[in-house]
This record gives sequence, C-alpha cells and structure tokens, in this order.
Amino acid sequence: MKTGAKILVESLQREGVETIFGYPGGQILPVYDELYDSSLRHILVRHEQAAAHAADGYARASGRVGVCLATSGPGACNLVTGIATAYMDSVPIVAITGQVPTTMLGNDAFQESDITGITMPVTKHSYLVKKTDEISSVVQEAFYVAGTGRPGPVLIDLPKDTQTGTARDSPRLDKVVLRGYNPTYKGHTRQIDKVIALILEAERPLIYAGGGVISSNASEELIALATQLGIPVTTTLMGLGCIPCDNPLNLGMLGMHGTEYANFAVTESDLLIAIGARFDDRVTGKIDTFAPHAKIVHIDIDPAEIGKNKRVDVPIVGDVKAVLNDMLNSIKKKGIHDAWRKKIQYWREHHPLKYPDDGKLHPQYILQRMNELLKGDATIVSEVGQNQMWTAQYFGFRRPRSWITSGGLGTMGYGFPAAIGAHFARPDLPVFDVAGDGSIQMNIQELGTVAQYKIPVKIAILNNMYLGMVRQWQELFFDHRYSYTELPSVDFVKIANAYGIDGIKVESADEVMPALKDALDCNGPFVMDFRIEREENVFPMVPAGAAINEMIGGHPR
Amino acid sequence: MKPHTLSILVENRAGVLSRVTGLFSRRGFNIESLAVGPCEEPGMSRITIVVIGDDEKVEQIMKQLNKLIDIIKVSDLTENERVERELALIKVTAEQGSSRAEIMQIASIFRAQIVDVGAKSLILQVIGDTEKIDAMEKLLRQYGIKEFVRTGTVGILRGSKTVTSGK
Ligand SMILES: Cc1cc2nc3c(=O)[nH]c(=O)nc-3n(C[C@H](O)[C@H](O)[C@H](O)COP(=O)(O)OP(=O)(O)OC[C@H]3O[C@@H](n4cnc5c(N)ncnc54)[C@H](O)[C@@H]3O)c2cc1C
Ligand SMILES: Cc1ncc(C[n+]2csc(CCOP(=O)(O)OP(=O)(O)O)c2C)c(N)n1
Repeated sequence: MKTGAKILVESLQREGVETIFGYPGGQILPVYDELYDSSLRHILVRHEQAAAHAADGYARASGRVGVCLATSGPGACNLVTGIATAYMDSVPIVAITGQVPTTMLGNDAFQESDITGITMPVTKHSYLVKKTDEISSVVQEAFYVAGTGRPGPVLIDLPKDTQTGTARDSPRLDKVVLRGYNPTYKGHTRQIDKVIALILEAERPLIYAGGGVISSNASEELIALATQLGIPVTTTLMGLGCIPCDNPLNLGMLGMHGTEYANFAVTESDLLIAIGARFDDRVTGKIDTFAPHAKIVHIDIDPAEIGKNKRVDVPIVGDVKAVLNDMLNSIKKKGIHDAWRKKIQYWREHHPLKYPDDGKLHPQYILQRMNELLKGDATIVSEVGQNQMWTAQYFGFRRPRSWITSGGLGTMGYGFPAAIGAHFARPDLPVFDVAGDGSIQMNIQELGTVAQYKIPVKIAILNNMYLGMVRQWQELFFDHRYSYTELPSVDFVKIANAYGIDGIKVESADEVMPALKDALDCNGPFVMDFRIEREENVFPMVPAGAAINEMIGGHPR
Repeated sequence: MKPHTLSILVENRAGVLSRVTGLFSRRGFNIESLAVGPCEEPGMSRITIVVIGDDEKVEQIMKQLNKLIDIIKVSDLTENERVERELALIKVTAEQGSSRAEIMQIASIFRAQIVDVGAKSLILQVIGDTEKIDAMEKLLRQYGIKEFVRTGTVGILRGSKTVTSGK
C-alpha cells in the first residue's frame, strides 16, 4: 500500500516526467513531502502563473507534456491564466492542484475554490479525484489526453485526503481507451488525391502553415512537399520555424503584421493549402476578402476547425505528419509554378520589411544582430506586444520549436517563465526572452527563480517606456491620445543586481553586439535593458477590419 | 434560426452536464429544453437538448460537443423522421360543478390522465410534443392553472436508425 502522494509522484515518473514547476501550500503538502526525497526535480517559481507558463514553455520546446503543481484556492486560481494560454495555443500541459478534503468539498472551506469549474472552458479535460486508487490511472489518462490529438491542458484536482489515503499499486495500462475520445490521424485517401489533383491544376498555389505543423513534428514533410511541388509557404506566428527563414520558398509570416509579399500572395493565390492553421482573425483580416480567388484546402486534426471561420473546399481531418507523408507517397509529378514564384520574387524585392537606417537604436536592428550572433542555435521566447512582432519579423527562425510565444491569448508576462521551462527542455541551447518593459514587469519576480537555480535565461528588454503596442494603436487610431500607456523609467539592471544577476543598459546601436555577446558568454541569467526609439511602430500593419493586402506602413504599390 | 433537437450520448460522470451546457452559454445560446437520464448502454446517459439557432452555429456547437472527452456521440435529430415527447403535470383549479366536467372533457380530448383529484383542484398528466402541451395549457388557462411543470423534450429517430456508441 502507498499513499496517494507517493502514487502521484511515481505515476508522473512513469510518464517520463523529470522536471515539474510549482509552488506549495496547505492542501498539496503531502505531495511536497513526497517530493522532498524524490528524484523528480521540482523548480520553485515565485508565482503560480509562472509555473503554468514554465510547464507550457517546457512542452513547446520539447514536444512533451509539461507539468505544474499548485495548492488549492489562491494557488490554483493563479494557474488559470497559464492554463488558458496553453489552451489557446494547443499546448499539452498537466496542471495538478491540491484541493480541500473530499468531505469538505462545497463548504467554502478555507482556501477552497472550484478549480475544475473555473477552468472548464480553458481545459481540454479535467479530473476531480475522489479516491486514492484512481490517481495512477487518472495521471496516465491525463497525459494521454493532453498529448494526443489536438494537444491541450488537462487539470487534475487532488483533494488532500486522496493524497494521504493509501491504495495498492496499479500497473500502467498498455493503452488508454476512452469511449468518447478517438482522434483521427490518418487522412482520407480520396480527399488527399483530390488535393494533389488541385495542386497540379493550380497556377498560384500557396501553403499557409501553422502551429499544427510544429506540434505534429512535421516540418521535414512540409519542406519536402513544398520543395517537390515548388509551392511557396507562408506561416502564421505559431508556425514560424517550421521552414527555415532562408529557404527560398519561405515568405515569412502572413496576417496583421506579416510581410507584404506573404499577404499579397494569399490575396492572389488560386489555391490556399492551410496546414495545421486555424484561420485566426489576426491572420485573415476581413474574412470575406481573405484569399478571395482561392480554392481552400484545410488539413487539421480537429474537425471543429474545419469551416469554423472560412468555407473550405477540400477538408482533410488528420495529423499533419501522417497526411503529408501520404501526400508525398502519392505525388508522381513535380509542380512547376515558375511564373507564380517569379511574381512573388518581384514582390519580395520591392516590398521588403524596412526600418529607418539612421544609426539610432531601433529594435529591429537588435533582433537582426541577435540573429547574426545566434544563427538559429537558440530558443527564442517573447513577451507580448511590439517586442513579439519585431522578433517574429526580424529574427530568422531556422528550426521548429526554436520560437515560443503566446499567440492566441497574447499573455503579457508569458515569456520569461516560459523561457525558464524552455531551458529545462533544451538545456543545450541558449534561451533568450525578448521582452517589453511592460510585459517583463508582469512576472519579473521570476528573477528570484533564475537566480536561485542559476537558470541561464537571457532577457532582452526592448525598453520604450510605453505599453508600446497599445500606444501604437492610440497613435494610429485614437489620434495620439496616449491614455495610460506611458511607463516611467525603471532601472532594470539594478533590479537584476538586487537578485544577484548581471545586467547591462544599452543606449546606442554600437553597444548592441557587445552586450549580446556578454549575455551569451555569461554562465547564468542576464538582463539587457535596450533603450530603444520610444515611438517605433510595428509595420507593415493591416488595420482592424481591413483586407490583408491593404497594409499601412509598407511600400507604395 | 430554428429549433434543433440534439441527442447526446455521454459518460455518466460528475460534471458532464456543466461541460455540455457551458458550450452553449459561452456562445450566448439559450437552452429551450433539457432532459437527461440513464440509457440502454451501461455507464452512459443520454441528454436531449433543444436549442434555437442557425444551422452553422449549431453545427459548430455539435463539433465542440464531440471534442469533450466524456461525450460519446452527438446527433441532430432535426433533419430526420423522429418521435419527440414531453410530459407535463398541470394542477388546475376545478371547483365542483360544471368547470370540473369541462376540464375532464378537455383531458379526454388530449388523452391526458387525471392523476390526482382534490377538493378544489385536479392534476392532469399529458404527454405529447411541445405544440400539444402548449395547446392544452392554453385551453386550461381559463380555469386557473395553479402549477405547471413539464419535462424537457426527449427524442428518438423513427425506424431502425439509432444514436448509440456503435458497439
Ligand atoms: C499582438 C499579436 C499580434 C499577432 N499578429 C499576428 C500576425 O500578424 N500573424 C499571425 O499569423 N498571427 C498573429 N498573432 C497570433 C494569432 O493571434 C494566432 O495565435 C495565430 O495566428 C494562430 O496560429 P495558427 O493558425 O498556426 O494556429 P495554432 O493556434 O497554432 O493552432 C494550431 C492548429 O493546428 C491544429 N493542429 C494541432 N496539432 C495538429 C496535428 N498534429 N495535426 C494537424 N493539425 C493539428 C489545431 O487543431 C489548430 O487548428 C498575433 C498575436 C498577438 C498576441
Ligand atoms: C496580461 C495582458 N494584459 C494586457 C494586454 C494588452 N496588451 C497587449 S500588448 C500590450 C503592451 C505591451 O507592452 P510592452 O510589454 O512594454 O511591450 P511593447 O509593445 O512595448 O513591446 C498590452 C497592454 C495583454 N496582451 N496581456
């Protein structure tokens, strides 16, 4: 017989978990007691939100399920933003919360909150464990649900008496069988043949690749397909890295802050092949004018995504990797599409991304130097806002899972803790968190965590002393009325120093490369406070409600 | 916008009903009627929900319902030949005399049963589709309805087609 707490820890290890992120409290104490002499590594964060983001960053960087742990009530509630962030971006995490004993459930007991109820709309599934002997099968099921099909967060709520109670060991099942859950992996053969025929007929085909390509680990297949058929590829924010930035077929990101040439290509294409992407409004702009001349193919594992926002001509429900492999096996001819690629090349040459070349400290310049220095051998995480968009535009991603960002929920404060998680997933790679001065202050307390464990996260604050992205909207659409978006100057280096962390303030372009090198050479965490041009904007930009080829801040057409 | 009757086969577990209804409320849908009960398959329940909405929105909700781990099968009965029934219990004021006789006459026209006879009231039990029950309620209103309770609609496909787990 073993206690529930011991069963939990052993079940996690049985699922291959090595590192978890958490914060203790009364109702999860039995589990913490078990962790005290367990080989399972626990990282103590400074706020539960950070534990959830760290588990999420770990999952995105590794492709495995991330785990976070918190106590009941306030601890559990602090996880919610992190769980919602993972849900919106389809990231597999398992969140474990302590709960008041089953006998007290519903009594408004001390630190009781109905966390399964609170998180219901933002979890893929959740469990309120009632008996100790359920724990091992619930853990196995939770990992299975989180990591298969369309991935997502799963919550396990563990009342204290289930942790202290005892039960017999139960063996791990060979296979989890759930009557109501059977994701489709293999695409329909006839649909696949239809798509191939459409591609061969098309004159202006375009691949629109999203986060699903990355979560399916299908980057190689995607590149092979695009190359064989000569089809250009544009990716969403979540898809960046699934095809290297220097691949001639890669048009970069599409959508609100995408490249002009990607958006032009979408607008003129006659066949749009959406692969693991979900037609988000940041991508489509005005939906009726999105890809107006194109037949649309949509490959997605989630049937609910098909036709949700845009009518689709040929849907294929299945796993990207499996579907692309089937396509590759049945393609006999090579695609040509030379004229189309020439046209795109013309746009690319005449509508490149641009920023002023005036020697001032522009954020885009910093990202370019960072790219030059790291050459893709790094994990780049971002916060939310302008910093995120400049990174997406100017850092050249070369590898899937090298780019980690909160796209769907757009959670400020995500980046730093996610970078901590990413470090544990890929300790062999340097990790940079590109931040704004607003976002970094949303989870700045995690400096305590990186200092304690000497986690070498490098924070590059693009400091404009504004909530920059909101200021940009106020400038462009609210007549320069900067209502509550100005932030006073903060001495971030001093803050870092107070935690025993090194840092540097950078005020001119020529200091950028040396500062980045210092950061990279330093063994532990490091903070860079880049004092950038304060009113720099992210361009080009599709104004809200416009068609995506009607961009502002680009080149005249 | 038209009424859709959805038949949903679910695992009989705590929380399933709030997961289901949550998908409706988050989209601003009002559930017109709801009925839940165990069914022919062990460990499962069947939920019948009637909602009013346009076809595309309802289709999206069905797809979202299908994603819930505890949901085994979802089907929109509306497009098919089906039988739908509700049951209502109506407590009507019925003084001795002519009104009582009239009420009993109405009951027999609607094939309603009188399930309780009090000194000043009768309880009628009527089974039928929504329209029939609405019609009966309307007729009885003049006598004074003291209390009116009705179940949600339950529905089943005609012929040999079923909404089952397929095992
Ligand atoms: C400030 C800000 C600005 C933004 N601007 C832009 C912008 O300009 N351009 C842009 O693109 N985004 C932008 N975004 C991000 C945007 O909000 C969305 O998060 C993003 O576009 C969604 O990416 P996606 O379509 O790749 O879907 P994801 O959210 O990555 O979803 C993945 C899709 O793939 C499917 N899937 C998952 N696994 C598999 C599998 N194994 N097989 C098949 N399918 C699978 C899922 O069902 C889902 O449909 C911005 C966000 C912020 C915060
Ligand atoms: C938690 C949260 N609150 C509010 C917002 C709305 N928001 C989006 S971008 C942004 C400004 C971000 O400012 P900063 O982190 O300084 O980055 P910058 O845009 O200046 O690079 C705000 C407030 C958000 N995305 N997340």
